[in-house]
Amino acid sequence: MNIQGENKTQNRILSLLPLWIVIGFFMIGPLLVMAVVSLMESNVYGGVHFKFSLSGYRQILFDTNLFDEIEFNPAYLIIIARSFMLALAATFLSLLIGFPAAYFISRQSDRVKNILIFLVTIPFWTNLLIRTFAWIIILGKGGVIESSFNFFGLLDEESSLNLMYTNSAILIGLVYSYLPLMVLPIYASMEKMDLRLLEAATDLYSNRIELIRKIILPLSMPGLIGGSILVFVPCLGAFIAPDLLGGGKKLLLGSLIQFQFSYARNWPFGAAMAMFLLALVILVLIFNARLNRKHREYANQK
Amino acid sequence: MQTKNKKRKFRYVWNFPGFGGWTAIFFGFLYIPIFILVCYSFNSSKFAMIWTGFSFRWYAKLFSNDDIQTATINSFIVAFAAAPLATIIATFSALALVRGGEFRFREFSSGLITLPLMVPEIVTAVATLIFFASLGINLGLINVIIAHTVFCIPFAFMPIKAALEAMDPNLELAARDLYSDKTSTFKTITLPLLTPGILSGFMLAFVISIDDFIITLMVAGGGATTLPVYIYSMVKMGVSPEVNAVSSLMLAFSIFIVTLYWFFNRKINN
Repeated sequence: MNIQGENKTQNRILSLLPLWIVIGFFMIGPLLVMAVVSLMESNVYGGVHFKFSLSGYRQILFDTNLFDEIEFNPAYLIIIARSFMLALAATFLSLLIGFPAAYFISRQSDRVKNILIFLVTIPFWTNLLIRTFAWIIILGKGGVIESSFNFFGLLDEESSLNLMYTNSAILIGLVYSYLPLMVLPIYASMEKMDLRLLEAATDLYSNRIELIRKIILPLSMPGLIGGSILVFVPCLGAFIAPDLLGGGKKLLLGSLIQFQFSYARNWPFGAAMAMFLLALVILVLIFNARLNRKHREYANQK
Repeated sequence: MQTKNKKRKFRYVWNFPGFGGWTAIFFGFLYIPIFILVCYSFNSSKFAMIWTGFSFRWYAKLFSNDDIQTATINSFIVAFAAAPLATIIATFSALALVRGGEFRFREFSSGLITLPLMVPEIVTAVATLIFFASLGINLGLINVIIAHTVFCIPFAFMPIKAALEAMDPNLELAARDLYSDKTSTFKTITLPLLTPGILSGFMLAFVISIDDFIITLMVAGGGATTLPVYIYSMVKMGVSPEVNAVSSLMLAFSIFIVTLYWFFNRKINN
């Protein structure tokens, strides 16, 4: 392709310039400004006071009481822990639901495979807010579940199962939101799998559980890890599921951050929390990159 | 019986009992909530949860709701501005990254493209809000358009990059051998072959922009409400059949565009 290369460097820079300007100015720029704001003092009117202070970060762990003493406040730590637990649980449940489905889809004929994978991707492209609020109709007071319980006489008209505004409701919402992101990478790694390995193992008297444990699981590991990251990361910062199904009572990291900018109007604290979430995500991504590299080295050795 | 069983086992070692049923449950889990939502939008009752009969009245009511119409128009203005912008930026970036060979800013530029996908949406939303507020940029819909352009870029980029990688570079080389200059090679060979990829990228960017909620919620000030943000405020006031109706229409619209994209892509691949 050397013929094209008369003013190669100049052309490349010219074609990449719009990207650099837009992402640089409107993505990296905002992140930098947020980092600065997280190091400022909040003022009483809900704005930012331009004075260096670590109070935004300190507030994650400590609170100032009536006597101006600093005391340990576990409230936000609990929210962080809850986000972690729910994100982990959602990832695990998605794995459990997604793994057999991805395997089944990968073993179909090309035609069926394409259609099924398309059906898996459709929810990803539709509005997450709408898909989540569909669950209010199902779980809510007098919703689909409660009315069917009523119908079979398992529940009287007056009482409620109180399914909404619980951790389980948020968990269902999270799994429902990000399940397609688990299935796609697992499917991609399973599709390339050499089926003769399964035949060979069966010939050598492996049973089905051994087939899964010793062949299918190890060979689809990159997909399992990739899918888990794709589910875990957005769950950590989820806003819609905790807000609609948790009713704003059970805050998670994402809804806590949003709350600081909509109602509480404590920008430095909200920015500090957002920085914290960003740092967590970067850690997860670094961990993922390490794992991928190890996996590749291992594959190359073979 | 014995031999038949053995034969079956030999042929289908890679089929596991129960996985098919499990997959059916999986698809049920994905689609039943959407199905229920659409069903309830045809409910004639004023209360979202109680079924009294089939009716189109909530759809009819949408057409007399000015707020919904304004929000819909805003959504389309934003998507028709942000998606083309993102597609143009993504096309030029893909050309440089796929056809540019190895160069110094390569890694850095591909990193920039994937950045909006890596950063959690709520962080992007909050950061953009702080950014616009501290610079005092308050241009209504234009703020929203800028924010949408940024996170639509990676979605527009993916199909364009795939199309470029699938294209045979020898076609361009042959044209250049036959004394076509760079501009006309680009116009007559590269661009026509790339058009389906560019259109796919545009469609994905468009759907992503139309459906975006969190970033729009934080960035849009008063008067710049888009449809998802309006739906959110309606849901917060309580689920009503009217929300179901407008939501069903939105779902149908997204599914329509994505299906279009799918058929389109299948044609390219064939």
